[in-house]
Amino acid sequence: MSATKVKFYQVGSFAVGNRLLPSSARSNQSDAHRADSIVSGHRACQGCGELLGARYVLDTAMRAAEGKLVVVNATGCLEVTTTPFPESAWRVPWLHSLFGNAPAVASGVAAALRAQGRTDVRVLGQAGDGGTVDIGLGCLSGMFERGDDVLFVCYDNEAYMNTGVQRSGATPPAARTATTPVAPGHPGNEFGHGKDVPAIAMAHRIPYVATATVADLRDLEAKVERAMSLHGPRYLHVLVPCPLGWGAPGSQTVRLARLATESGLFPLIEAMDGELVAASPIRRRVPVEEYLRAQGRYAHLFGEPGRPDLVARIQEIADRNIRVYGLEPVS
Amino acid sequence: MYRIRVHGRGGQGVVTAAELIAWAAIYDGRYALAFPSFGSERTGAPVEAYCSIGDAPIRSREPVEAPDAVLVLDATLLNRPRIFTGLRPGGLVLVDSTAPLAVPGVPQLRTVPAARIALARTGRAMANVPMLGAFAAASGIVSLEAVHTAVGKRFSGPVSQANRDAVDEAYTYLTEAAREADEVDAPNATTASREVHHVA
Amino acid sequence: MSPEPTLAAARRPLEGSRAVAETVARCRPQVVPAYPISPQTHIVEGVGALVRGGELEHCEFVTVESEFGAMSVCIGASAAGARTYTATSSQGLLFMAEALYNASGLGLPIVMTVANRALGAPINIWNDQSDSLSQRDSGWIQLYARDSQAACDLHPIAFRLAEELSVPVMVCMDGFVLTHAVEPLDVPGQEVVDGFLPPYAPCQVLDPAAPLSIGAMVGPEAFTEVRYLAHHRMETAVQRFPELARRYAKLVGRPAEDLARGYRLEDARTVVVAMGSVLGTLEDVVDEARGRGLAVGAVELTCFRPFPAGKLRELLVDAEHVVVLERALSVGSGGILTAELAAAGVGAHARITTVIAGLGGRPVTAKALRKLIADATARRLPPMEFLDLDHDLLRRVHARENGR
Repeated sequence: MSATKVKFYQVGSFAVGNRLLPSSARSNQSDAHRADSIVSGHRACQGCGELLGARYVLDTAMRAAEGKLVVVNATGCLEVTTTPFPESAWRVPWLHSLFGNAPAVASGVAAALRAQGRTDVRVLGQAGDGGTVDIGLGCLSGMFERGDDVLFVCYDNEAYMNTGVQRSGATPPAARTATTPVAPGHPGNEFGHGKDVPAIAMAHRIPYVATATVADLRDLEAKVERAMSLHGPRYLHVLVPCPLGWGAPGSQTVRLARLATESGLFPLIEAMDGELVAASPIRRRVPVEEYLRAQGRYAHLFGEPGRPDLVARIQEIADRNIRVYGLEPVS
Repeated sequence: MYRIRVHGRGGQGVVTAAELIAWAAIYDGRYALAFPSFGSERTGAPVEAYCSIGDAPIRSREPVEAPDAVLVLDATLLNRPRIFTGLRPGGLVLVDSTAPLAVPGVPQLRTVPAARIALARTGRAMANVPMLGAFAAASGIVSLEAVHTAVGKRFSGPVSQANRDAVDEAYTYLTEAAREADEVDAPNATTASREVHHVA
Repeated sequence: MSPEPTLAAARRPLEGSRAVAETVARCRPQVVPAYPISPQTHIVEGVGALVRGGELEHCEFVTVESEFGAMSVCIGASAAGARTYTATSSQGLLFMAEALYNASGLGLPIVMTVANRALGAPINIWNDQSDSLSQRDSGWIQLYARDSQAACDLHPIAFRLAEELSVPVMVCMDGFVLTHAVEPLDVPGQEVVDGFLPPYAPCQVLDPAAPLSIGAMVGPEAFTEVRYLAHHRMETAVQRFPELARRYAKLVGRPAEDLARGYRLEDARTVVVAMGSVLGTLEDVVDEARGRGLAVGAVELTCFRPFPAGKLRELLVDAEHVVVLERALSVGSGGILTAELAAAGVGAHARITTVIAGLGGRPVTAKALRKLIADATARRLPPMEFLDLDHDLLRRVHARENGR
């Protein structure tokens, strides 16, 4: 998809108006002939960020692959909610094996296709943050370093939501989860824990690494399209708010994803061959408090007496991101 | 069944020696089974390998505890108790050495300067391949032709010919040594030799 | 009785691992993930070299980051319609365990060589069969090779069996004892294997032209039925494995592999049952004992899963005393094979004795087996015994522990 600059304030919101674009540049999701890779009737929660993100990712990948796509799925919400036997919400060839092995299974599919000389079929692996940054990281790293032709997508909702909201290596500091309860001396999840998997992916010098959210779905589509235009291992890390785990109404999913980037806590970046090539500047910067206050998992930071010290530490993290990635709002 | 135990140190080609004797026996049309003392020994550590040769398929897979022949690729191992354990009375003992050696209780011990031959012929002091020629000469269990075939299959290019020459030289050395031993008084040979004491 | 002589000259001197690698290559696998672990290494090195050398074409040799990754690559490749092979040992097999159950549950016909090795701690790289026997409930067919020739011959049969039944197959061969031994071996010719093993035609495959969801969640309403069907499918191997083995044997001109085979069972009152490389030494000792007039025989069990209960009952029907030579130990229970034989009804009229032998690479010697058979025929064997146990060492350990 070619990038077309559109001044969004014409419509009075940040929503993307397809009617302002030439039909060739309109979103894939607005296309009546989209793949509908995931159909309705699945069992995901109201307002689920992961299913929303997966739908956009897969339909875009399907368009790029001209319908010839094989999908490998790790265990997790996305798997459980879409394939309760004998039903399936998938209209793509889809394989679920285990929690921690989706990248390796995808490598196997890619190897089989190579052996069979099927260069037309593309492979996409997907998992939540647990399946990607924790239990699946070894397999993911192996897939990266071998140069396997797989696009791997992590839908990051920042905890093990499928099992009832336990902390993962992607859980942010101070977030309350079932395994990081707030207690004297413990602010929820500890500061200084967790890992930056997009940076780890970049360290493998793979062709493409990007981050995206379900707030900017045009950006998400564009990044999937760019990833699909390349071969070799590619990694896409998508922030997908979870109403249940984050403690917010389903109506707030897209807003929370937007506040995550506007606060500077979730930078939107692209990297090629290990080098940062783009970082999306923040349009309207907000203090982290606006993002945190909207979520039940941070409720202990506010109220009386609250923890302004911790909010300040989180603000420091956001400030650092903005400084490091050059995310200053465009004037 | 004829059983051989090869002793040496990791890196000296002990396993290869046992395997190539098996190859030669198989090329002679016989059955053979060779395997190492499986360990995680690194370079320089004492290792051993076994080879059994027979006229029927060899079913038993136990290590060789009662060898008909002991081949030693490193004379510094001779003081180790294990070397002659179980050796059949009058069994063949071949040791790589440039000087004659005498080991109490092992009068049949014969030496061959295998490493020196290998160094001269191939540029590498690997006693294992010349030892095959010495074994063929001393035992008659495998033919020189079969040893040539085995070495020829194992090594390629000029190295192959150099190794076959090394086999020939060791073979000739043993054959001539045997002839001289018949001619020379045994006591003289013993006086000239270096004594090695081993713990029985 | 001397074994039937075959023409040694027709065979090549080969290491067991190399012969298996060459045979596997004749089976034309399309994807081979490999992760090194002793004593499996020579097998995957061999296959890798054949791929690099161009002798095995249209094959992807994938060097993965772990055994868990290896089996996962197998799962993806097999589901995408490729003939898939790997090999492992010991801890590697345990590291795969989760994926083993997944592969069988998904009905993927993967073939894997297990170079049998002990499980730690204490770490031990030598041979016993604790590793594959620990995975006896994983839904894989398990075949045990008595020697390296059998290990070779079992592989084409394993691929055919796996693909006919959609069940993965492990070919188990004793580590080092077989994998690292050089002996005259016959690798089947390409035309022989091509004539026996048709190209892989998967019954379900990930295909964009006909999208399928594989690996759905199954609840209480159907899970039992899924397991029942898997059990039933594997049981059909009891019929099919010997049929395929006979067909293959005809092509290569060797005696056919079978679920289990008897050795000198005529009038045998004492019969020793075993799996794997110990059979060779055992049969030598049985011959000697027969020479001394002892009514002794042996039973070789090749197919451990599915467990050929009927065949074993048939072979052991006249035995008065069944001695089970076990190269693994179920700590706190005893012999794994003994328990299976007892459950199969063997021993309803015979005494069953467990002998734990050859753990962690301790050689099972002819001398020890001679004594075992003498003790067994003289009814001196306790219900369970550890062969060649170092009683002095145990006394010292007990004394030290009691002194504390």
